[in-house]
Amino acid sequence: MRTRLLQQRLLGLFALALLLLNFPLLALWDRDVLVLGLPLFPAALFLLWALLIALLAWLMERTD
Amino acid sequence: MLTPALVLGASSAYLLLLFAVAWWGDRRAQQGRSVVDNAWVYALSMAVYCTAWTYFGSVGRAASGGVWFLPIYLGPTLAMLLAWLVLRRMIRTARTHRITSIADFVASRYGKSPLLAGLVTLISVVGIVPYIALQLKAIASGYAVLTMPAGAPAAGASPWWRDGMLAVALALACFTMVFGTRRLDSTERHEGMVAAIAFESVVKLAAFVAVGVFVTWGLFDGPGALFARALAQPDLQALLALSQPERPFAYGQWFALTMLSMLSVLLLPRQFQVMVVENMREQHLRRAAWLFPAYLLAINLFVLPIALGGLMVLGRGADADTFVLSLPLAVGQPGLALAAFVGGLSAATGMVIVEAIAVSTMVSNDLVMPLLLRLPGLARRADLTGVLLAIRRAAIVLVLLLGYLYFHLAGEAYALVSIGLISFAAVAQFAPALLGGMYWKGGTREGALAGLLAGFALWAYTLMLPSIAKSGWWDSSFIEHGPWGVALLRPEQLLGLTGLDNLTHSLFWSLLANAGLFVGLSLLRTPSPRETSQALLFVDVLDRTQAAQPVFWRGRAQVADLQALAARFLGAAQAQRLFEDYARRSGAAGIGHIEPDARLVHFVETELAGAIGSASARVMVASVVEEEALDMDDVLRILDEASQLRAYSHALEQASAELRAANERLESLDRLKDDFMSSVTHELRTPLTSIRALAELMLAEPQMPQAQRQQFLGIVVAESERLSRLVNQVLDMAKIESGQAQWHDADVDLSALLRQAAQTVGELVHERGAELVLELPETPPPPLRADRDRLMQVLLNLLSNAAKFVPAGRGRIVLRLRTDAHGATVEVQDNGPGVPEHQRELVFEKFRQGGDAARRPQGTGLGLPISRQIVQHFGGRLELRPDCGQGACFAFTLPWTPPSEQTAPGAAAGDKP
Repeated sequence: MRTRLLQQRLLGLFALALLLLNFPLLALWDRDVLVLGLPLFPAALFLLWALLIALLAWLMERTD
Repeated sequence: MLTPALVLGASSAYLLLLFAVAWWGDRRAQQGRSVVDNAWVYALSMAVYCTAWTYFGSVGRAASGGVWFLPIYLGPTLAMLLAWLVLRRMIRTARTHRITSIADFVASRYGKSPLLAGLVTLISVVGIVPYIALQLKAIASGYAVLTMPAGAPAAGASPWWRDGMLAVALALACFTMVFGTRRLDSTERHEGMVAAIAFESVVKLAAFVAVGVFVTWGLFDGPGALFARALAQPDLQALLALSQPERPFAYGQWFALTMLSMLSVLLLPRQFQVMVVENMREQHLRRAAWLFPAYLLAINLFVLPIALGGLMVLGRGADADTFVLSLPLAVGQPGLALAAFVGGLSAATGMVIVEAIAVSTMVSNDLVMPLLLRLPGLARRADLTGVLLAIRRAAIVLVLLLGYLYFHLAGEAYALVSIGLISFAAVAQFAPALLGGMYWKGGTREGALAGLLAGFALWAYTLMLPSIAKSGWWDSSFIEHGPWGVALLRPEQLLGLTGLDNLTHSLFWSLLANAGLFVGLSLLRTPSPRETSQALLFVDVLDRTQAAQPVFWRGRAQVADLQALAARFLGAAQAQRLFEDYARRSGAAGIGHIEPDARLVHFVETELAGAIGSASARVMVASVVEEEALDMDDVLRILDEASQLRAYSHALEQASAELRAANERLESLDRLKDDFMSSVTHELRTPLTSIRALAELMLAEPQMPQAQRQQFLGIVVAESERLSRLVNQVLDMAKIESGQAQWHDADVDLSALLRQAAQTVGELVHERGAELVLELPETPPPPLRADRDRLMQVLLNLLSNAAKFVPAGRGRIVLRLRTDAHGATVEVQDNGPGVPEHQRELVFEKFRQGGDAARRPQGTGLGLPISRQIVQHFGGRLELRPDCGQGACFAFTLPWTPPSEQTAPGAAAGDKP
């Protein structure tokens, strides 16, 4: 049962990643704004990427 | 500028170091102290995905297209999100069937088809050889940047015998032969090679990050300053945005690139080699699944800073592909440039080594072996291990020489620059047959073959040919106008499809045809028995343990024939070891006693598959055994048997678990009995000791005063009474528990019973200076079917308990009867100290009296347990009411209609009918 939950969570995370990293959600970040001196779009792209990896790490490293 | 000698020296030293690391890894593996057997090394070896194309090319791509270098790394991240579902399945399948290459994987799925294996190999070679050439070119151009004075024209081609790149290619071939084919191993694992690749991944990441840190903080004052300066220039500002006014965001291409790299990270031969074949434990995947994307993120973090820095320092005209080297060089940091070159060298060599092993395994197993085994001379040779190794090594040299040749011929041509993605698109053609075959049982050999062929052909026509033509090798007019002037056949606008870039266009058509034919042709007929059996093994691989895999084979075999066959390809010593292992595991006394059954044939075939590929292994095994063709019913029957076996073993597990639980329960009951016995003994000993002590005193002193003698005798009588009461109660308890008690059921008038009980204990209550209040319903309750004496026993027990605990002089006991539709409730409430919550259940256990030991009134500790048993016998329950305010309130409810005789297990078992 628990492995099945992990599978569903991974599939959910995959769907989330597919949505976040593609049109049109990705285009929302495309603005002429600076965040901490960094242009918003590349910074957001890397942050989203890091967030997905962190979520994956959290899912995979839980010992269940 | 650096001297050639310095660069060559550093490169040679690095390659030697690589040899040392690999040698160390192999040595540790032989000693049984593997360095490769952990998730970190596994993840680092996956980073062989980052080649020189990443190392140099990402910066180049970023300098011209901004964030467009990223989809190539976001795709693998997407794939890794599903690694635990997809990649683990591939690993388990490959391990179960000793699959050592992607060609073998596809061929094995569709009935071990040699044709399919050959086709996949061919596609791999055509797709990958240019990619290897790209790595060689990266090294060569890096070397040129370092050693040529800035602005000098590129030197003309030197004669081949003085060409450094040939030396590099041969050195890598040498490395691959030493660590990739030192011995034949049916698992095809190369720990030394993996250690070296993981080391290379560390080197390339460190070198690239070093350059990035230098550019960001050394040349500019941190990322903020760097981006601020870049944003001040309009052409650079455009690079940092997703869409530009004249060039809207091509999200179709973005999606296509992401999907393409997502498939490639699973399907590239080198990725299959490190992720599937070299995997030591499935569990490593848990950590590697996120470490590998994290590595990709880290190595891409400084791509934009380096690209922007290069554009600002060196200007627009400079070659952005070599910014990693030229930037440190231009600002007077030759040491850093050399380190960066070594990093690029590590990225290139890592890719070439793993790719050479993977492709050469395919070439020798799936192209050369099937042909060689048809030669009558070779087929009769007793030991083919030498031939096998020689073929493997020759294949490595061949692959690398092909790469070198392509590099030499294509040179600076267009074909080389875009070859990375072209290679990706080639291996993406494996996706429908491979991934589809892992989840869909209906795929057939023809479907896979046709899909692969069509996909490959369309890939070649729409992507490969135009790129070759554009490099000027032949007339490119067919791109503009179509072959023979047929506009519909223009390779980059096939059937007039426009609006897509040529990569997306090619991917669309090739994968459409590929998947369409795969599914379409598969649906034409039901899969053959052989295809079905393989499909069952592949699709349900995670549902069975290795031992429970069904074996789809029937026929007659000889152990000696099979052993001789194994010895031919694995060597006599290895074959002997394998058969001894098998005998031990199957419980046979020795090799001579092995049963030559389907499982043995399957075992030998699997081991052979590791050495020569599953298609050749199938042919070889079939040549030494007499086998019968299976029809569909046989396949289903075998599957059924395997499932039954699985069900049996499951049932067996369950039964043994139940048995274990029952045993534990028995043990705990046994312990309870022991506790009971020791309690009983203890309780008996106390009065006995006091009787004996007093009797001895009186015996020893005949002159004892009469009054004292009387007092002592009184105590002796009281203690004897207590003793006999205790013995009676123990007997009573035992009788009730064992179900041997006699019950004399009759109609009982509860009101009368309560009145009588109150009368009986009246004297005792009076002595304690307490009052007893009787609360009965106004209308007399209907009679209850029960044993009058037993109920009286319960009532007296509860009332005397209450009398014992009420405070002297102002005690008050209420005996209450209430009735409702279901039954009658009797309550005995007192105003004593009450029972603390944690003891509420304890007081019903044998010999556990409430209150602290010092102030506890005398009692046997059996009254309440017996009362509870009696009430239970009549279908009720005796309990302590938690909500009665001050004092204790014992209550029991008896139903009007006693439930069937067996209500209280144990207590009622021996009841009279």
